[in-house]
Amino acid sequence: MLKFLKKSSPSGTPGGSFPGPGTFAHGVHPPQQKELSSDAAIEIVPPPDKVILPLLQHVGGPCTPLVKPRQKVTFGEMIGKGDTLISASLHAPVNGVIQKMAVTTLPNGRHLQAIVIRSEGDQLSGQQLWDRMFAGPWPEKTYQCLDPAKITDAVHAAGIVGLGGAAFPTHVKIAPSDKKPIHTLIVNGCECEPYLTTDYRVMVEAADAVVAGTLLAARAVGADKTYIGIESNKLEAVDALRRRAAGAGVKLAVVRTKYPQGSEKHLIKAVLNREVPLGGLPADVGVAITNVATVTAVARSVMRGIPLTHRVISVTGGGIVQPKNLLVPIGITMGEVIRYCGGLRKTAARMIAGGPMMGFPFTNLQTPVTKGTSGITILTHEEIRRVDQRACIRCGRCVDACPMKLVPTKLAVASRFRDLNLARKYNIMACFECGSCAYVCPAGLQLVQHIRMGKALLAAEMKK
Amino acid sequence: MTDTSNKNPVVSVAPSPHVFSMEMTVPVMMRDVLIALVPVVATAIYFFRWYALRQLIICVLFCLAAEVVFTRMRRRSLSLGDLSAVVTGVILGLSLPATAPWYVGVISAVVAVGIGKIVFGGLGMNIFNPAMVGRAFVMIAFAGSMAASGYIDATSGIDMLSQATPLSAFKQFGTAVPLSSLLWGTTNGSLGETSALACLLGGIYLCVRRVAAWQIPAGILATVTVVGAVANLVNLHSQWTVVHHLLGGALLLGAFFIATDPVTSPVTAAGKWIFGIGIGALVMLLRLFSGYPEGVMFAVLLMNALTPLINRWTIPRPFGGV
Repeated sequence: MLKFLKKSSPSGTPGGSFPGPGTFAHGVHPPQQKELSSDAAIEIVPPPDKVILPLLQHVGGPCTPLVKPRQKVTFGEMIGKGDTLISASLHAPVNGVIQKMAVTTLPNGRHLQAIVIRSEGDQLSGQQLWDRMFAGPWPEKTYQCLDPAKITDAVHAAGIVGLGGAAFPTHVKIAPSDKKPIHTLIVNGCECEPYLTTDYRVMVEAADAVVAGTLLAARAVGADKTYIGIESNKLEAVDALRRRAAGAGVKLAVVRTKYPQGSEKHLIKAVLNREVPLGGLPADVGVAITNVATVTAVARSVMRGIPLTHRVISVTGGGIVQPKNLLVPIGITMGEVIRYCGGLRKTAARMIAGGPMMGFPFTNLQTPVTKGTSGITILTHEEIRRVDQRACIRCGRCVDACPMKLVPTKLAVASRFRDLNLARKYNIMACFECGSCAYVCPAGLQLVQHIRMGKALLAAEMKK
Repeated sequence: MTDTSNKNPVVSVAPSPHVFSMEMTVPVMMRDVLIALVPVVATAIYFFRWYALRQLIICVLFCLAAEVVFTRMRRRSLSLGDLSAVVTGVILGLSLPATAPWYVGVISAVVAVGIGKIVFGGLGMNIFNPAMVGRAFVMIAFAGSMAASGYIDATSGIDMLSQATPLSAFKQFGTAVPLSSLLWGTTNGSLGETSALACLLGGIYLCVRRVAAWQIPAGILATVTVVGAVANLVNLHSQWTVVHHLLGGALLLGAFFIATDPVTSPVTAAGKWIFGIGIGALVMLLRLFSGYPEGVMFAVLLMNALTPLINRWTIPRPFGGV
């Protein structure tokens, strides 16, 4: 079946056995550009001289620092504690000495207190680090005996958050609830953002860890059905996962390549043919959903007691000298990572934390990689070339592109004129800023930016 | 723009998304409309010779001039580059009779772009199709030149100009022209409407390029077919069949090139269907029951007025909504 897929349509038909249609309505097809880095095996970046660890790298409350300047810390030691339920603890990714607290600005615009560690002494690095984190064996027989609460506790202690970009604390996501029982776990390996290849490389190179983490997360949340959703442009990942997943009772759902298939609501639609209610969560339809790289972190926290200190990122785009996939300590600076990849090309025009559709631009090379940084995309002037801005001609292309089936042009107008009632009537809060509308707009309008402003105004008004 | 010849890269920031589809831009859409109009313009010039050429040149030139003058008056930046004034000029020219005096073309062009578009705030802000605003103005102000008799000029030396237009011939004498003449365009009529084949050819190109929303012509043609078939059944002896209704008059020109103006039609798919069906129904109402032989222009203008309302009726159900 899959061999057949590979021959006939490399990015067309969905495959595997699952109840959903394998795709969703609307969406866009930006050039994927994955080939820049898709064949680059994950390299382990040597420990940097210093790491910068903001106290809030996730959705929720910031963590409280547990360390003081000049204190020595060791790899994996907890240095910040997430006190509230929706929060995540922070751990030292290197052996070293705590420096003075710093203030750093993340690409998303947040100014945050950050713990700085200067590396000192021997460091775990290279193949050793990889073996500890990703290499087998992952004895899956033992999972069924584990108490689900133990799994969530281990995940909580390890400070794991969603590594796909949103960075929502994972222990909350995989905690079972009496009110909304979860029957299905979907592990998201779509990676629909153009350019990025981190999830792809993790699936190819650490398939066993992905399956192990999937089983553990399913056990924790009480799901009896598990799927790994993968876009049809990643058949090598499907091949890598197939045998292992089948033996473990995990189904692979190969869905059609289309942006934004990786949005959790749209993956649930494609795999299960269920629509998450407007303003609702996956749990409302009995589904928990988490990213492939996140479940590998779950596996190593539960089975090996290793907290979230490192992550895989893609460094890609036409503006980087050598596109690569890297295992980096969280807190390493963007500048260090870019230098490791040979630096910027002269044509580089924009540096983005994340991918080109939803990523945040940055200019400061001292910006740290955080738990939610899925990649660094460096685009050239040619790649960011855009349509000249003109008046909206109401052609409706944004309406045809919007995966939430909204009317982006109307939302943008409502936001511009601060007509919040109109914005609400057109369901502005349902927009998750995927960028499909602005991508297709023939008038080159910054639709997403207008809508973002409208959402912020409405949120502020609702707070009052 | 930043200078890329510098030694060091120059980076900028902007909100996401950072990549854009360059396939379709407003000028490309307008250029596509002009490409789609080539067969229509070609048949017009072939059949009506310099009458057609003169009318088109006058309309395009004065649409451009009106764009410049009115934009200056409103102290807005000029955007001739979007080609929308050219498109308005060509469509306006094609909707006029070959024999209309030069000042009819001039006045309709100035009204179309000046009053029909710029006064509303320019491209994208107008409620009514500019070309139809211009045409409606001269139709009322210069009723003689635009009425059935205005289409006829026996002294021109062009055969077709000595005949009545097919729709008015039928209205007055109950006679129908052969379908082949309607298809090829060997009849009298407004410059661009006579050849059904040319309109279909260009129209299909527009729909394939997704510059025109296919729902609009589909809605118009389906409604005209249904209403025309019913009219045929009621009056079995009529020589004017449902096929005459489809191929004759300005229906195809209007369905593919005039009604599909994105600015003045609804944005959602459901809205586009309603819009198309409404135009089809109004065209048939006017053709069958009014004193005018043709009703495309008024039908489009009326539905343009309803467009904001249709948009309000057809807010799509959001993903996960009820």
